[in-house]
Amino acid sequence: MQDLGIKVLFEGSNFARLLSGLWVTLEISLASVAFSLVLGVLLGMVMTLRNPITKVLTKIFLEFNRLMPQLVSLFLVYFGLTTAFGIDLSGQTSAIIVFSLWGTAEMGDLVRSALISIPKHQYDSSAALGLTKLQAYSYVIIPQTLRRLTPPAINLTTRMIKTTSLVVLIGVVEVLKVGQQIIEANRYTAPDAALWIYGVIFFLYFIVCYPISKLAGRLEKQWRN
Amino acid sequence: MTTKNENTLLEIEHLQKKYEDAEVLKDISFKVDIGEVTVVIGPSGSGKSTLLRCINGLEDIQSGRIILDGKSITDGKTKWSLVRQKIGMVFQSYDLFPNMTVLENVLLGPTKVQKRTRQEATASAEQKLLRVGLLEKRDAYPRQLSGGQKQRVAIVRALMMEPEVMLFDEVTAALDPEMVREVLDVILELARGGMTMVIVTHEMQFAQAIADRIIFIDGGEIIETGSPEEFFTQPKTERAQKFLNMFTFE
Repeated sequence: MQDLGIKVLFEGSNFARLLSGLWVTLEISLASVAFSLVLGVLLGMVMTLRNPITKVLTKIFLEFNRLMPQLVSLFLVYFGLTTAFGIDLSGQTSAIIVFSLWGTAEMGDLVRSALISIPKHQYDSSAALGLTKLQAYSYVIIPQTLRRLTPPAINLTTRMIKTTSLVVLIGVVEVLKVGQQIIEANRYTAPDAALWIYGVIFFLYFIVCYPISKLAGRLEKQWRN
Repeated sequence: MTTKNENTLLEIEHLQKKYEDAEVLKDISFKVDIGEVTVVIGPSGSGKSTLLRCINGLEDIQSGRIILDGKSITDGKTKWSLVRQKIGMVFQSYDLFPNMTVLENVLLGPTKVQKRTRQEATASAEQKLLRVGLLEKRDAYPRQLSGGQKQRVAIVRALMMEPEVMLFDEVTAALDPEMVREVLDVILELARGGMTMVIVTHEMQFAQAIADRIIFIDGGEIIETGSPEEFFTQPKTERAQKFLNMFTFE
């Protein structure tokens, strides 16, 4: 009985289906992370402006995206937009929109804090050398900001990959959904498949996230000064 | 507008600086001749550092003029990027760029701002680093250096622009006592080489040794100027006497 569950994994194309489900997860994650990085850098720069209007607007955007549970946002975009405005988005597109907005907010805040953590003296001594603003940013400020930013940005990436598992609930067939389907289909022949399949999914997430988080730790150590 | 005295390099005329309503510098006027070492001393918060920051445009001023090489640099049309190449500045907190090695730190200005060739600038950098005893640290990162070493690199970095005048803003104030000397020696060496300098310092013996002229500032005003011999032995004003007494134990 003990090894019945794991057998399910290798029946038919089950394992390949899981992997293709994992690919859907990764597609959503990578697209969202890519949007978040680019838009987050812009947002973070805007957040350091002294303009009171941009300050309030970005603050509202940030808090809204942070406080709103991602699941509620997903429902709001996937079901809400369709019923209220007749905009028919696929689950995958809805997910990318929601996670990109959330990631942009989080990333924006990381960029903002990295930018303001550069001591004022670095700006002064760049200026005193005759560097123009653009030169000071290119050679002095941005390289230092990137160092401070990379580890938390990588952590954000792993958080986003993990959170994409929520998209099951708006019907996207990703790794978790495929797992559920396999378990359901084998309910009678392999009643303990759940442990094995979810165990494998856990392991798949681990394989994806561990190297990324390891990289963050390494960069952090390497760049500490 | 040109100045009459050909030897005058830097002229401050009726400079006034305010933060909000607080007047930090009131009607400051003095001249610095080519090759002259002017040392500005005074209590903390008297406006000494602000004065240096005004001279290279890190602070805007509310009225008055600053004239460099006979040309006003405070008329609103100043290309600070150009002016700052003529005015080297070294800060209290060294402020080397932590993402670059010593050599990269000192080459940044010459190669990016002055567009000199890397080869020529490197040769000049190596020679200057040798002079301050840090050539073997050329590939080290700032975090691997002591405070005194960082400050010497910061001086070389400013010198690399071949400035006409150097501003030193309490460059030894953040250093451990045993490292003060190595930095002051470098500055003394520069003075002997004829470099024009404006130095803000709390090291009175150093001021006495290096200065051609002392300017004593208190409360944002120049209270007294004079030769170091006069100033340190027979200060004319009561405020200067009181200030100097703080440095002696009886």
